[in-house]
Amino acid sequence: MPSTAVLQDMYEDMVTARYYEERLQEEYLEGKEPAFDISAGPIPGELHLAAGHEASGAGVCQHLRAEDTVTAPHRPHHIAIAKGVDLKKMTAEIFGKQTGLGKGKGGHMHLFDPEVNFACSGIIAQGCPPAVGAAMANKKRNTDNVAVAFLGEGAIDQGAFLESLNLASVQNLPVIFVVEDNDWAISMPKDRVTDVEDGSQRAAGHNLPGIRVDHDDAIDVYEAAEEAIGRARDGNGPTVVEVQVHRRMGHFMGDAEGYRPDEDVERHKARDSIERLAAVLETHGLTQDDLDEIRARSERRVEEAIDWAKEQPLPEPEEAYENVFTNDPSGVTESPPAASPPGGDE
Amino acid sequence: MSQAVAEERELTMSRAMVEAIASEMREDEEVFVMGEDIADYGGIFGSTQGLREEFGYDRIMDVPIAETSFIGAGVGAAQAGMRPIVELMFADFFGVAMDQIYNNMAKNTYMSGGSFSVPMVLMTAVGGTYNDAAQHSQTLYGTFAHLPGMKVVVPSNAYDAKGLMHNAIRDDDPVVYMFHKRLMGLGWMPSPEGPKVGVPEEPYTIPFGEAEVKREGADATVVTLGLHVHRALDAAEELAGDGIEAEVIDLRTLTPLDTDTILESVGKTGRLVVVDEDYRSFGVTSEIMAVAAEDALADLEAVKRVAMPDVPIPYSRPLEQEVNPDAEDIATAVRDVQ
Repeated sequence: MPSTAVLQDMYEDMVTARYYEERLQEEYLEGKEPAFDISAGPIPGELHLAAGHEASGAGVCQHLRAEDTVTAPHRPHHIAIAKGVDLKKMTAEIFGKQTGLGKGKGGHMHLFDPEVNFACSGIIAQGCPPAVGAAMANKKRNTDNVAVAFLGEGAIDQGAFLESLNLASVQNLPVIFVVEDNDWAISMPKDRVTDVEDGSQRAAGHNLPGIRVDHDDAIDVYEAAEEAIGRARDGNGPTVVEVQVHRRMGHFMGDAEGYRPDEDVERHKARDSIERLAAVLETHGLTQDDLDEIRARSERRVEEAIDWAKEQPLPEPEEAYENVFTNDPSGVTESPPAASPPGGDE
Repeated sequence: MSQAVAEERELTMSRAMVEAIASEMREDEEVFVMGEDIADYGGIFGSTQGLREEFGYDRIMDVPIAETSFIGAGVGAAQAGMRPIVELMFADFFGVAMDQIYNNMAKNTYMSGGSFSVPMVLMTAVGGTYNDAAQHSQTLYGTFAHLPGMKVVVPSNAYDAKGLMHNAIRDDDPVVYMFHKRLMGLGWMPSPEGPKVGVPEEPYTIPFGEAEVKREGADATVVTLGLHVHRALDAAEELAGDGIEAEVIDLRTLTPLDTDTILESVGKTGRLVVVDEDYRSFGVTSEIMAVAAEDALADLEAVKRVAMPDVPIPYSRPLEQEVNPDAEDIATAVRDVQ
């Protein structure tokens, strides 16, 4: 059982993520009601929220340091918060601001924070190979840092994931694949497209251990991650961890979920990992006031981040041309060495 | 012009595509559709809306998020004589499966000396304008049109969308059918005026390799496709107020390319502006200019291209608006060549 301090920490990450997304949802819908126009309002474009996934990010990232690498998918906020990504700069990025993590170029699917080695991306299973590469670098440099790739259960059919398992396994790399199973790949239920019910079974064919956490209680995630991350840090190679999470919302904002039975939505909302962790904290002696204080602190932090982000300037149009390359692309970046005279003898 | 045959019934581009697919599926049991979220969802951009209800899950197949497998499977089924329509949800995702697309789908006919055909449609959503950033906003017209062995079509309105889809399904070669999200008539992504037009109920085809002159004019030729047909028409309207008459050509297909229509127009105007939503360098705009330079150099007095600058597509609104050419950019280019 994790210490009370660890439980409190996970709880704070989880309530921060939930409240953050509730507030993002409000901001996102501004200018998009009554007629929903995806390109209107202060946050345009797609927005994939992770309500119901919080325990996975919190339980895993509790074991990570800033030097450990995390790659996340298109549903990244709860993982970013648990990994310690700068909340203000992340929020500014989501609002498309000049001072955002990516100067407004990336948006919510493309958040990069080198301070804590976090990146996320928009195409399914795309983060798996880079996590393997980070683990390769860790191993070559003889550190005990690890890399964690988060992905959805819909991603376990993708070549990028399966190939990554093989490469990580054959090279015994310190990488952990965390599959967040919310039962749905947009509109496609898992049993229609994936041949296993338990995604951690994918590990067996690659000679790797697989752990399935059947319910998203943060403590169970924490313990599974402790085993997997400990194994990686000790030089004993990769693990696949699948966590059953819950999809409390549509795939993206604006998804009416016409394909999804009401009972399924109700079932996913019925089990709330945040409430369950609060109940555990009470058995550890925390009072309702203590929990309220954590919640209030989290909400203040979120509001400060959103206020700050909204005050930030938008990028100037000409900034669109910056950062294509690290070095100035206007010409050769280095002069070639002078050619030796033919037949020269030194 | 297509509007001349328009009937009272108007369809969105997505409805027109669906109507063509349904019609071909009723006629030919060998036609089926594969893709992500195409069954119950009806396609993220509405390209298969309602088809599962009529044809069932066996012919409107949701598939795993594993593009290499299902696009490659489309190639195999096509080589076995079926007529699969495979949806790649966003053209940007081509990277996951390009080996199947350009090494199998596009080359097997040639490498087999014509003993195999690949009668497959790869339909895919393209384009930006809604702040979906660098991995979900590209058109990649030039990428697909560059590689030999694929026919590439890009409808700009519902009438063309239906006729091109009928032709694509009946064609014995692989056809990449690129539809612009902004033109589909989605409730959550409002289309400009223009793509929703009259569409006959009966099946009809639009032959590949026939561009359409959307507006006649003697002062400049504007060659474009997809969303930018509508932006070019807006620009032409504005320019007409200043006494500049721009001729607007909608390419409709990139492979095969209707060079005759382009050259004829350039012969008349002497001034060529090429517009697209793809990256500027080594792309469609360069190719059209090369065609004009090779075959109509004597006619050319001035040329200009209007395209995405060579940067990944940024997320933030002012940045995306900066890089994606609008009607004003097109009008400026036409004025520049006068």
